Amino acid sequence: MPSNQIDPTKWVDQYSDYLFNYTIARVNDREMAQDLISETFLAGLKSMKNFKGDASERTWLISILKRKIIDHYRKSNSKKGKAEVHINYKDDESEGDWLEERVADPFDKTAEDQIQNEELGEAIYGCLSKLPEKQARIFRMKTIDGFDTETICNEFDITPSNFWVIIHRARTAMASCMEKDWF
Amino acid sequence: MKVKLECHEANHICDKNQYKEAGLLEKIKLTFHLMYCRACRTYTANNTKLTKAMNSPKVETVSQDEKNALKERLAKELGQ
Repeated sequence: MPSNQIDPTKWVDQYSDYLFNYTIARVNDREMAQDLISETFLAGLKSMKNFKGDASERTWLISILKRKIIDHYRKSNSKKGKAEVHINYKDDESEGDWLEERVADPFDKTAEDQIQNEELGEAIYGCLSKLPEKQARIFRMKTIDGFDTETICNEFDITPSNFWVIIHRARTAMASCMEKDWF
Repeated sequence: MKVKLECHEANHICDKNQYKEAGLLEKIKLTFHLMYCRACRTYTANNTKLTKAMNSPKVETVSQDEKNALKERLAKELGQ
């Protein structure tokens, strides 16, 4: 059933943050991530006809992005030897020492924390893009861009109490969306 | 002066407090409410976690300029 519609004009507003966080956790380079996202959007435009509507727009874009990231790694690994792991002994003396000694301390959790943090952005924007559009925009403006209440109320032509209700709904939805994995 | 808050009022203050917009008296009332209301304690805890998560430096945002650049490129492609 073609139930999902596609609307490229809204892609940037709705998905760029989510895709960006997804990418940055994997390529760890802001500019590279930007390029990959714009490539993804362009590829999406080209193959819009092939979009059947089975999946949501977001899932579809992510699947394109995944291919782009894999391609990116293929390219950067294509120079021979780059993908291999070399074990370098710092000096002759340590040659023959147990390699286990070089393995990271399992009780040192920083690497894991880092991964968690990198995926956090993905989780947040993933949840944010599930909110109704108006809620998401207001929540974004308030929480991420840090506008004050009055500015937002004027922009959207709503009363402060209206505004707080929207924020409350958004926060509750965000919290329950993230609850499973993050809280 | 009303000392006891209703839950929805407590949640409202809690929301405001996430943006540091709650007044001192409101905060005191909220603390008092939280002493006896388990549901609101849970809400407040989750809400605080959400705020912390949102403020975590690892949460990247695409700046408005970058977004506009992206939009322009897309618009160009669409026009063709």
